[in-house]
Amino acid sequence: MATKNPLQLKYEESRRRLLMDRSVPGRMGVSLPPNDVPEQPMPGSDILRNEMDFPEVTEGEIVRYFSQLSQFNFSIDHNFYPLGSCTMKYNPKVNDEVAGLRGFTDIHPLQPESTVQGALKLMWELQEYLAEITGMPGVSLAPMAGADGELAGMLMARAYHLERGDTQRTKVLIPDSAHGTNPATATMSGFEVVTLPSDARGDTDLDALRNSVGDDLAGLMITLPSTLGLFDSNIDQVVKIVRDAGGIVYGDGANLNALLGRVRMGDLGFDVMHSNLHKTFTQPHGGGGPGSGPVLVGPRLLPYLPTPWVTRRADGEDETFSFTTPEKSIGRMAAFHGNFGALVRAYAYISTLGKEGIAAISDDAVLNANYVMSQLKDDYDLPYDRVCMHEVVLSARTLKRQHGVSALDVAKRLIDYGIHPPTMYFPLIVEEALMVEPTETESKETLDYFIEVMKTIAREARDEPSLLHDAPHDTPNSRLDEARAARQPDLRWRRQT
Amino acid sequence: MNPAELKYSEEHEWVQVESETVVLVGITEFAAESLGDVVYVDLPEVDANVGQFEKMGEIESVKAVSDLYSPVSGKITERNEQVLDNPQLVNDAPFEGGWLIRVLLDDPSQLDKLMSADQYESFLASQD
Repeated sequence: MATKNPLQLKYEESRRRLLMDRSVPGRMGVSLPPNDVPEQPMPGSDILRNEMDFPEVTEGEIVRYFSQLSQFNFSIDHNFYPLGSCTMKYNPKVNDEVAGLRGFTDIHPLQPESTVQGALKLMWELQEYLAEITGMPGVSLAPMAGADGELAGMLMARAYHLERGDTQRTKVLIPDSAHGTNPATATMSGFEVVTLPSDARGDTDLDALRNSVGDDLAGLMITLPSTLGLFDSNIDQVVKIVRDAGGIVYGDGANLNALLGRVRMGDLGFDVMHSNLHKTFTQPHGGGGPGSGPVLVGPRLLPYLPTPWVTRRADGEDETFSFTTPEKSIGRMAAFHGNFGALVRAYAYISTLGKEGIAAISDDAVLNANYVMSQLKDDYDLPYDRVCMHEVVLSARTLKRQHGVSALDVAKRLIDYGIHPPTMYFPLIVEEALMVEPTETESKETLDYFIEVMKTIAREARDEPSLLHDAPHDTPNSRLDEARAARQPDLRWRRQT
Repeated sequence: MNPAELKYSEEHEWVQVESETVVLVGITEFAAESLGDVVYVDLPEVDANVGQFEKMGEIESVKAVSDLYSPVSGKITERNEQVLDNPQLVNDAPFEGGWLIRVLLDDPSQLDKLMSADQYESFLASQD
């Protein structure tokens, strides 16, 4: 790397400077009109803080400041973003455009149903699409995100057992390859969590499962494909064992991107699942929203579906749509009808792609992940050497042992090559895990670039490990104390004295 | 690997008896290795009281956040400020520079509820 001269360093420093540090006394961003009202005394110091400064900058300076901040951002619109489990795929802009149509944005959730029949029809048709894609007949679009959909699902399982008087059914089995939200959901729903181990191939350990089911079994929460990126080859038996023991089978559909048009959880005998519309069916997401996590149920749980649920009544050519409450509904999951904008985007996405396009998503997502796996298995550890689904879990175990380079170092070095770090240290059962989800929208050229970069980083780890320990090198800030930033978010600016 | 002069809890903390009423507390090498790289340690304030086998703080690694349990009851007389500034010390030297708190014991007989190094190693073996 060429060293930077003092002027270049000064420029870099200036880009990191906060707005308050750019302030010059007396500088103005606007010309205020002359005062044409009587002057009023200022409130006392109990209300106004003397030490609070305001930035004084010109309009041009403030425009540059915020434009520069926006350039520090990294998104799927900038570059490759293989963040496993999060499915950061490209979101076609037309779906945003559709969701922005005035007919969708200028309506109010408390309007009479007769005045929003179009919106209700869209929701009903989306329910039908999701039912067909998953093979689950009942759909509620109300949950606001994946974890909310999970909670709805487990509250339904609870209502089901309670209605049968099965109050002893308190145990929920969760494989160690499940999403981290699953145990949290089961606990929040009042169940006791029992972790199931994975077998040597990464599938659910059937002997452990058989030994764990009994009269106290409430159900099983399983992520399919698992967070190892694997399709559980024991799934038929897993479902049968749980159902035979009287348990509810919950499917975490966060990885539905791998199954579209090929496998339906309803056909496998699942009782309930959720689908993250923001992952599988387009939606700019991350940073906490906006999500949408519809919950889908089979016949056993249909009467318990959360409200509202959109139903259709046909009378010849005429059709009427209305919000309905199922007979034994567990109630509302949100104040109104879910994240409606997210529903419109998902509807537009599914309608545009059609049946064949939907299946092509998963075919390409799985193909891309397997291509990456086949090219990188000699450079990184591959804990489960078998065909993967839409994501591949690699490990930096050997790099760590032999060269002291961790998964975190590899991830940080990727930033220098313009690639967003993959998910790290998850799933927990894989040491130094690097979970790569290329997604279906990336070209072979992009994947080849990523593969070349990963191979280069593995070489750098052997030849020049310090390069990785200090990465990233080309960002405005390098290694940040992320744990402290999250735990002590002290964001107050103070004048340097 | 587990020093013979220390005592151990099932939550993988060690206790070094410094005098009749003062002990030093940290987490074991096994715990540090299982956690992976430690990025944050949250400890009780000096003068705070902790109870034996009760939650006293949190330790966050690149993998997960775990609760810290105090192996003894007493009053905190000192926290390892170096660990708070540089949590990686817990991985680098769990039994030495990576110690966490110094405690004035309420009841020295509580030490009898802890394990010896040999007992702790058998305990670890039984957990597999």
